[in-house]
Amino acid sequence: MSQDHTLMGFVHRRRRGAELFLLLLALAVGIGAYAAVGLGMEGTIPADIVGYGGWLTALIVVAHVAIRIFAPYADPVLLPLVAALNGLGLAVIHRLDLDNTSQCVDNGDFARQQLIWMTLGVVLFVATLGLLRDHRLLQRLTYTTGLAAIVLLLLPMVPIVGNTVNGAKIWISVGPFSFQPGEVAKVLLVIAFAGYLVLHRDALALAGRRVLFIDLPRGRDLGPILGMWAVSMFILVFQRDLGSSLLFFGIFLIMLYVATERPGWLVVGTVLFAVGAFAGWRAFGHVQNRVNIWLDPMAYYDQNPGSGQLVEGLFGMGWGGLIGRGFGGGAPCRIPYAESDFIVPAIGEELGLTAVMAIIVCYGLIVERALRIALISRDGFGKLMAVGLGSIFALQVFVVVGGVTGLIPLTGLTTPFLSYGGSSLVANWVVIALLLRISDQARRPVPRLSADDSDTGSDSESTQVVKLR
Amino acid sequence: MNKPIRTISLFCLVLFLALMLNATYLMYVRSGELTADPQNRRVITAAFSRERGAILVGKDAVARSVPSDDQYDFQRTYPQPFKYAPLTGYFSYYSQSGIERSQNDVLSGEDSRLFVTRLVDMLSNTDPQGGNVQLTIDPEAQTAAFEGLRALGEDVQGAVVAIEPATGKILAMVSNPTYDPNTLASHDFGSVEDSYQALEQDPAEPLINRGIGTTLPPGSTFKLVTAAAAIESGDYDAQSMVPGGASFQLPQSTTKVGNQGGGDCGGNRITLTQALQVSCNVTFMSLADELGIEAMTEQAEKFGFNSTSLEDLPGQARSLYPPDMDEPQTALSGIGQSSVTATPLQMAMVSAGIANDGVVMRPYVVDEVRAPNLSLLDKTSESELSEAVSPSTADDLTEMMVATVDDGTAYAAAIPGVRVAGKTGTAESTDTRPPYAWFTSFAPADDPKVAVAVLVQSSDTAPGDIAGGRLGGPIAKAVMEAVLNP
Repeated sequence: MSQDHTLMGFVHRRRRGAELFLLLLALAVGIGAYAAVGLGMEGTIPADIVGYGGWLTALIVVAHVAIRIFAPYADPVLLPLVAALNGLGLAVIHRLDLDNTSQCVDNGDFARQQLIWMTLGVVLFVATLGLLRDHRLLQRLTYTTGLAAIVLLLLPMVPIVGNTVNGAKIWISVGPFSFQPGEVAKVLLVIAFAGYLVLHRDALALAGRRVLFIDLPRGRDLGPILGMWAVSMFILVFQRDLGSSLLFFGIFLIMLYVATERPGWLVVGTVLFAVGAFAGWRAFGHVQNRVNIWLDPMAYYDQNPGSGQLVEGLFGMGWGGLIGRGFGGGAPCRIPYAESDFIVPAIGEELGLTAVMAIIVCYGLIVERALRIALISRDGFGKLMAVGLGSIFALQVFVVVGGVTGLIPLTGLTTPFLSYGGSSLVANWVVIALLLRISDQARRPVPRLSADDSDTGSDSESTQVVKLR
Repeated sequence: MNKPIRTISLFCLVLFLALMLNATYLMYVRSGELTADPQNRRVITAAFSRERGAILVGKDAVARSVPSDDQYDFQRTYPQPFKYAPLTGYFSYYSQSGIERSQNDVLSGEDSRLFVTRLVDMLSNTDPQGGNVQLTIDPEAQTAAFEGLRALGEDVQGAVVAIEPATGKILAMVSNPTYDPNTLASHDFGSVEDSYQALEQDPAEPLINRGIGTTLPPGSTFKLVTAAAAIESGDYDAQSMVPGGASFQLPQSTTKVGNQGGGDCGGNRITLTQALQVSCNVTFMSLADELGIEAMTEQAEKFGFNSTSLEDLPGQARSLYPPDMDEPQTALSGIGQSSVTATPLQMAMVSAGIANDGVVMRPYVVDEVRAPNLSLLDKTSESELSEAVSPSTADDLTEMMVATVDDGTAYAAAIPGVRVAGKTGTAESTDTRPPYAWFTSFAPADDPKVAVAVLVQSSDTAPGDIAGGRLGGPIAKAVMEAVLNP
């Protein structure tokens, strides 16, 4: 942690005014898109534009004020990015609601529900910032969160609450509510990984055999990675959820590599994953199916299970071209689940390559901000958490956008902040709150300590003054 | 821990760059390919709802879009469905045929020539509109051909094609049995499916445009090609003496082939003109035998056999003169039998070529393409397909055909006060089916305005009664009169 001292002299500006300005742009995207949907679908600006716009503005303002109060030094770009994506997602879901053709007929009012979920997300966002004044408190909960994550992952397998949707056992139902525990589990897992790795990183970093300029880890340290691999395989086999399996293992691998600085772990992890994926491909028809469809989507268009959904998405995006057909000009309802997994093709069809690029750049910026937070964070736990949370977005967006555009085999994952789905939206708002909390801690000026400044020992981490409440 | 974080940043950069490159490839590079995919229902659904341009004959639309108040904005209608179905084709949710298919880009407004119109539509936020297609068809001639063919019976199988010899413009194209494209353009997809199945399974094949899609042995009308080859060889003219008689001994065979009706054509040595007048089989078999397969093939191909020529209407079948026939087959080909097959369009092109001083013009059916605001976008220019015979040969053949109408088998096409040139044909394909009646003619002989070919495949009249002149002649006459006396 030697660079901490070079940062000492530099004081980050709060940049809350910049954040407010960017938020205004984000609101213009969200409300403008909503108005455009009304114009495109019904020919007039929707009558409830004031109520809707007001509600959206209120939520964003509340989030902004919460940051001003609870995390004044937090990164100023993250919230505007999220606000823009969430606003655009709401407008697109609203557009799909208004469509009365084919698949969209029984959509009802997903947009209204999504707005309620967003409200809940913002409430939890504010609560996280307000209640969690220092992210290092979470380090105490390493094993608790780990256990909770595993319980949540197992819940869908429990007979009464578990619920199978489209072949994937990733839902639980409690009364009228259904919920994807995996979305919460991924946040808890990142916290547990960070807490575990920051304690055991030194042991895990010990070099074992050296092969081709890469130090492989020692055999006796393989326990954690094998355990995580087993969890991923369990999810793949018993919940038939390719996407989550890849996501969890990928996050763990990245965090392990960052904690130990040993590329050898990447080698071990990649080999393990390749073995698992190959075994899964050999053993399961649905995995083979996905791969075959990926290799030649057109050939399976009319079959069941086939590539109809993927190909309709590809057709839609191809038809959208550079600037899209405009809201109401496309037929995104030809794509089953256009409002959730396939929202990017729906956007591509009506808003074109331009919007798809903009969305990818937004996600890229979120990841970039998260990794930047990790770089400047002063504590190992915060670094690992920020890397983990950023990787969630990177991997999830790559898997889902890559899947629907035919870059990689399709696996079901939601598109963060855009897709319809309460669990995902709420969990992602909390992720952003956690990132902002770490960012606030990292950018906050360090209290001047007269004597210890000259101490540049390697144990500076342990002598750091931590403000705990 | 910062070094691996930077590595991870690079890794994430690669992931996002891959996503962006792939999105560009998919939505920009592959966009056209995906839109053209036949499985892509999006494009057709949008096109189905759009105001499609009209197909015009004269001043009347034979296919147009009218506003509709169901889930689609416009309904395609065909005001004269049966008469024009072989030309317009149909425009259903599932597929298109005819002009609806070949001119789809213009009619749907996607054509690059309509780019400016499309841009204006987009900027002014009005719904895009398709362009109009003007056909070369003469409505009077089309009506005469349709009513003439239908007069032989509602379910007569046959076709009529008329061409303007000097340009290649198709003036009439009728096929029967025909169908009602309105039933296929309906928005009730269930009934569309039923109608389509019924039409497709109908043994009379109403969906086929017999004018260009059915090839059958052309019979005696092919004697025009044989005569052309003979005169072009330089050894014959209209007055040359040629073999006649009662029968022709096929080479390499014991079979003797006689004349229609068993006569001797008026003697063992007759003039070429007389041979055509009485449609003497013996003469033309011996001529074909003498000229040989190469000369015959060359002449047939100059008239358009063994290739397709119609570019703006899909479904043209290739008329065949197989260049690998043996000697007896070649002899039989001289009277349009053995493996020779032709479409009515091809036989009309033979007449038109003779009428146009030996030059065969490329046939076409789309005259003009106009933007929605009726400004001219494109006009098809006439083009020469081939020089089939020399002008002097064409003159000789014309005189022989005039004689055939005035004093020969083609008398049924005679028009008082006009010199008409014509040739009949009756071809047998198999023993179990009635013979096909053919007729081809043009008029006026001195300044040809129209060339016609008529094919009657089967009709309600008794088999023995079929002779090209009697069935086809009056129809050809009616079509020529419609063009000459509008």
